[in-house]
Amino acid sequence: MKITIMKNIMEANDKLADENRVLFKEKGITAVNVMASPGSGKTSVILKIITSLGAETGAAVIEGDIASNIDAETIDKLGIPVSQINTGGGCHLDANMIKTVMADMQVKKGAVLLIENVGNLVCPSTFDLGEYLKLVIASVPEGHDKPYKYTSMFMAADVIILNKIDLMPYIDFDRDSFYKGVRAVNPAAPIFELSCRTGEGIDIFISWLRKRVQEKT
Amino acid sequence: MHEYAVTQGMLQTVIQEATKAGASKITEIRLVIGDLSTIIDESVQMYFDIMSEDTIAQGAKLVFSRVKARFRCTVCGNDYEKPAKGFDCPTCGGMGLPTDIGKEFYIESIDVE
Repeated sequence: MKITIMKNIMEANDKLADENRVLFKEKGITAVNVMASPGSGKTSVILKIITSLGAETGAAVIEGDIASNIDAETIDKLGIPVSQINTGGGCHLDANMIKTVMADMQVKKGAVLLIENVGNLVCPSTFDLGEYLKLVIASVPEGHDKPYKYTSMFMAADVIILNKIDLMPYIDFDRDSFYKGVRAVNPAAPIFELSCRTGEGIDIFISWLRKRVQEKT
Repeated sequence: MHEYAVTQGMLQTVIQEATKAGASKITEIRLVIGDLSTIIDESVQMYFDIMSEDTIAQGAKLVFSRVKARFRCTVCGNDYEKPAKGFDCPTCGGMGLPTDIGKEFYIESIDVE
């Protein structure tokens, strides 16, 4: 006997993601899923957000790492609630992990919750966590061809940061090619060029994010 | 390697559906997967063989229907299969945007006994 199903393969995850979305809404939390390759500056961007916007709204961080709690320690020193998920080899965070962590985590009403996904430009794009925004970070030293190679990630992004622009003079980074690659798969997501090291461009991005958070609440 | 988690979710859904229908065995699972989805068929199969052991899905055949990604040119309106390199329209060289064809990621149907 044939049974027609026509259900998304990710349904089990997506149901949990919807539960997370409801929880975030109830608590007035703005969850941002931060995705990028290793070394692109995810933690640096998160630090910039929690010390600016986070100081106004309150902030909390969920750190996803295959192993270690190096990033979580950095955040903890700032007195920001932080929860570490070690995926034990797993290449992404899923909705269930977030749900489990949220059960114990004290997040202030109205706070921005930064979820640092595992450094990887492939797998995290498939898993909805129930977030409000998917923030994808690319960085100049990675090269301009990333949108062409990791289509699903750039397609999923609600907002894109191009980090480490202070290194532009030293690297053969073709800006036009990067933009063209992003726009071909994602016409709408704003792209912010910045450098966490020099601080250039940070304010413009934070203003945009502040507006998005205010619009939501 | 996220195929492990994807397979786990998929297995859960098909077992639920089969049980709901009163079936005691799943013999075939048909999946439709667009090329813009990041998943490797062989990897899903490998995890499935391990995870389905001692469930009603054990031994079921997985059938993958792959869908090639189609783009639409923003300049001339041409609808085309995504070239191996880049996204540009093969006719006029204009910029193409993805259509919904190629983003499929669903369980179409199962055969049960």
